[in-house]
Amino acid sequence: MTDMSLLDTLIYYFKYPFVQYAMIVGLLIALCSSLLGVTLVLKRFSFIGDGLSHVAFGAMAISGVVGLTNDMLIVLPVTVISAVLLLRTGQNTKIKGDAAVAMISVGALAMGYLLMNLFPKSSNISSDVCSTLFGSTSILTLTLPEVWLCVIMALIVIAVFLIFYHKIFAVTFDENFANATGVNAGGYNLLIAIITALIIVLAMNLVGSLLISALIIFPALSAMRVFKSFRSVIICSAVISVICAATGIILSILFSTPVGSTIVAADILIFFIFCVISSVTARRKLA
Amino acid sequence: MGIQLECKNAALGYESGIVVKDLNFIVSEGDYLCILGENGSGKSTLVRALLGLKPQISGEIQFHEIGKNQIGYLPQQTLVQRDFPASVREIVQSGCLNRCGLRPFFNQEEKKLASDMMEKLEITHLAKRCYRELSGGQQQRVLLARALCAAQKMLLLDEPVTGLDPKAMNEMYELIARLNREDNITVIMVSHDMNAAVKYASHILHIGGRQLFFGTKTDYLRSKVGQAFLEASGAGGEES
Repeated sequence: MTDMSLLDTLIYYFKYPFVQYAMIVGLLIALCSSLLGVTLVLKRFSFIGDGLSHVAFGAMAISGVVGLTNDMLIVLPVTVISAVLLLRTGQNTKIKGDAAVAMISVGALAMGYLLMNLFPKSSNISSDVCSTLFGSTSILTLTLPEVWLCVIMALIVIAVFLIFYHKIFAVTFDENFANATGVNAGGYNLLIAIITALIIVLAMNLVGSLLISALIIFPALSAMRVFKSFRSVIICSAVISVICAATGIILSILFSTPVGSTIVAADILIFFIFCVISSVTARRKLA
Repeated sequence: MGIQLECKNAALGYESGIVVKDLNFIVSEGDYLCILGENGSGKSTLVRALLGLKPQISGEIQFHEIGKNQIGYLPQQTLVQRDFPASVREIVQSGCLNRCGLRPFFNQEEKKLASDMMEKLEITHLAKRCYRELSGGQQQRVLLARALCAAQKMLLLDEPVTGLDPKAMNEMYELIARLNREDNITVIMVSHDMNAAVKYASHILHIGGRQLFFGTKTDYLRSKVGQAFLEASGAGGEES
């Protein structure tokens, strides 16, 4: 194929609404997840995405067994509740942060798979499971109402983030100080937990349960290699995430690769580029 | 000299039991109180109580002239902060957050306050630098500037020199002493550094499960508790 024919293919595909929808939703999810990603990585909760998406997977299995047509009714509340429990700041909890995430994560995954096997919806369980874990083609089968739902949720997340930007910074940097000076750190942690859960449920369609963490942590880690202030890290991470999502979606259309893993591959590539940049600038400073 | 903090018969602790009891002390404006005690003596519990994060089990802790949440707090560094990508200005400004209420952004007055505090602590030239690239002493100055943004009457310092080299340690102590002397800021410092306590503090509170001593520095040096602790910690009697 020549370049021209690639471009033609792209233009041809972008005439279809489902491709446009996929692009809009993909970019919004990438933007939201990267905004929160910085906070989650810095709070040492990189794996929360993984954990919560497995919970969402388990919840999906339950709603399948119960026979709900709209599984969001179960998936969303269950995920939000787990997020709140996981991010709760209790230093006196018996099971510490990483262990709690790991426990809930694998537990939900196992129970979900077990339920799916005991009460199979379709004859082909393994393909069902595979599409939930690695992102299905459902990003390409979005209906207009689903796109609107996603747009509204994304706008809420962005608005909340902008309004509480300084508070989120303070709570991330130093929870004790924030508490001591009368900032309601517990409340803001709760807020962070809830929007994290929202994003993860949204993002499951895009990259699937197993790859959500990549969407949350890679842009943040790349940005943190190079930039030195919180604001520049957030902005850079958002830009990286949106560019990678766009590239990933376009490439996956052109070369018919899986959407989720193509986006993650783009994120990984950018991460290595930023690592090189940061080590080069560090060396130049020394010289 | 107005009394700013009064602690009457307070007992502090958790559900599992009382950590420290019989606390009776007062802090007046311009005082420099050093809270001494060994590990596990209840120092950090007392800090949490003074900050209003942990209510006392019995007794009273009263503040006068100072509202709740109006103590500038310098916490111990946490693991998260070591590699945190934030500029010095962002961190200092975050100290103004309790003035914002629900307003999402800082106003001119708060930005100026942050700049003034950076000026006072001589870190203006670092404003755009990344926090994680600073030396230990510089990081503590940044956190101190943030604490001053939050409150200007009383500072509560939790082991402010942990991890600093001797030179940075001395500079930090001098800086705190200067704030106490020149700006008349009341200082409450938690420490186990006997030398510094003897050198800089005006009052000493020594705890170890209960209140062992409270009074002026001179009285402390004459007391049995003071002399025993002085000997154990190997501090020379420069002032005695």
